[in-house]
Amino acid sequence: MTITEPLVLGIESSCDETGVGIVRGHTLLADALASSVDEHARFGGVVPEVASRAHLEALVPTLHRALDEAGVTLADIDAIAVTAGPGLAGALLVGVAGAKGLALAAEKPIYGVNHLAAHVAVDTLEHGPLPEPAIALLVSGGHSSLLRVDNLAKGVTPLGATIDDAAGEAFDKVARLLGMPFPGGPPIDRAARDGDPLSISFPRGLTGPRDLVEHRFDFSFSGLKTAVARWVEARERSGEPVPVNDVAAAFQDAVCDVLTMKAIDACRAEGIETLVLGGGVAANSRLKVMAAERAAKYGITVRVPRPKLCTDNGAMVAALGSHLVAAGARPSKLDFPADSAMPLTVVGV
Amino acid sequence: MLVVDTATPAVTAALVEVGSDAVRLVGARAAVDGRAHGELLAPQVDAVLAEAGVKPRDLGAVVAGVGPGPFTGLRVGLMTAAVFQAGLGIPAYGVCTLDALGARTGGKALVATDARRREVYWAVYADGSPLTGPAVDKPADIADRLTTYGVTTAVGEGAQRYADVLGITPGAALYPDPLALAELAAERIRAKAPTEPLTPLYLRRPDAVEPAARKAALSPAEQSEAGAKLPAGRR
Repeated sequence: MTITEPLVLGIESSCDETGVGIVRGHTLLADALASSVDEHARFGGVVPEVASRAHLEALVPTLHRALDEAGVTLADIDAIAVTAGPGLAGALLVGVAGAKGLALAAEKPIYGVNHLAAHVAVDTLEHGPLPEPAIALLVSGGHSSLLRVDNLAKGVTPLGATIDDAAGEAFDKVARLLGMPFPGGPPIDRAARDGDPLSISFPRGLTGPRDLVEHRFDFSFSGLKTAVARWVEARERSGEPVPVNDVAAAFQDAVCDVLTMKAIDACRAEGIETLVLGGGVAANSRLKVMAAERAAKYGITVRVPRPKLCTDNGAMVAALGSHLVAAGARPSKLDFPADSAMPLTVVGV
Repeated sequence: MLVVDTATPAVTAALVEVGSDAVRLVGARAAVDGRAHGELLAPQVDAVLAEAGVKPRDLGAVVAGVGPGPFTGLRVGLMTAAVFQAGLGIPAYGVCTLDALGARTGGKALVATDARRREVYWAVYADGSPLTGPAVDKPADIADRLTTYGVTTAVGEGAQRYADVLGITPGAALYPDPLALAELAAERIRAKAPTEPLTPLYLRRPDAVEPAARKAALSPAEQSEAGAKLPAGRR
């Protein structure tokens, strides 16, 4: 069965966002979201059990909102897609159980899909079909990866990834250090607008001559986080005020500098002219500007979905599901597991 | 009517028919695997429906065991039941999983299931009806209370595993009988009672600790020096 403009309902529950999205082909019809982020804030990070409990409570109300928003019924849907991994095991399982139950109840095919590939696919809802091959930079609180996308329906090739903290994790930790709320991305982005990025020089991880041979497309943000912590602590101990805006701006520039430099390097090394950004950190305003400036020099086109589509949501899962259905991919069997460490080479299970 | 329970390692799916005075089991599947609820439940629901030649849209209600049980597995059954409710527009009813085991006991009986972490989910029943609410405790901590209640029999995997500590010879029943789950919801089904939120009986708070105060990033020597000089990095 091949449908060119399939109506697909996508369910996302890999972290702290419960998302249900509905798309028809590349057209976004609904993107309903419930977040447990406020429940995690006082812990400084996502607590898996808290997230799992929230998914169970939120999924059905979010499903109803998505169907209302799209103006469709379950009977109209051609297929159901769900994030099968990677992510928090217990959280993933709630969405997977919900999607399987829905597929059974409504007698629809189900597609268990890769969360990271969905972050790439979501851009098609905003900018149309993705030219292939493309390079994708996926940066969030849980992931920092550079990928080569030759055929999104078949699998993507990992070029590099973080060897320690994810980029978003570094934002969260530095935000906490500066007394900002969780998640740290938005407050750092805001503070950085009033800061001088050149006032402090923070290290760029894995950019030394040897690193560029052994870890050309890998990232490291742990050293940067420690450098910021040391700088701030020294300031505090010397009794001087901490220039929060300057620290935020210098830190943010250090992250964005490495991410964009390596992403552009990957495009040039692979001879690819399309760079797509995805993940929560792709919502960072500085990252978008820096990527566009640097890409323009080499004639590379940068595609960045709007912020609400960069962070986790159900529409991205529906977008990838729709892509798979249109490509004639086989549906998943009902016994597929939630795979917290699902490899990028697997797009659909 | 569909029945699911994933509060124990027995991943249970069953189809029952609720008559005016009796509940009849049409078909049931229970695979015992405490770590694969997510993989096993949906195919089993599919199988019991297919075997009985029943379409999902023919279902009149869904009944789910709401625990207590290990969280991750428990949620699989409740999420499945909840989307059947939402997707088909049929009512959902929750039944305490321990009650289903307790309903098949006589006299003063303990129902104890495995709560992991060397604890049991438990409740005491008198002639099949609950005498205590469900709770989670270490077996050694409830042994004395069972004597006070005059408990003489015990069922459930927890009762079997901790028989020595509890001091009661366990009965054969380890897991909830889906027919018992259905019977406990039968009155609500016959009365066409409104659908219920399927609230899991977790009985434990999530493990989460609020972060401690910030750790020092500078060494003691650097800390004493910091008053005089800033580390490298300042241009």
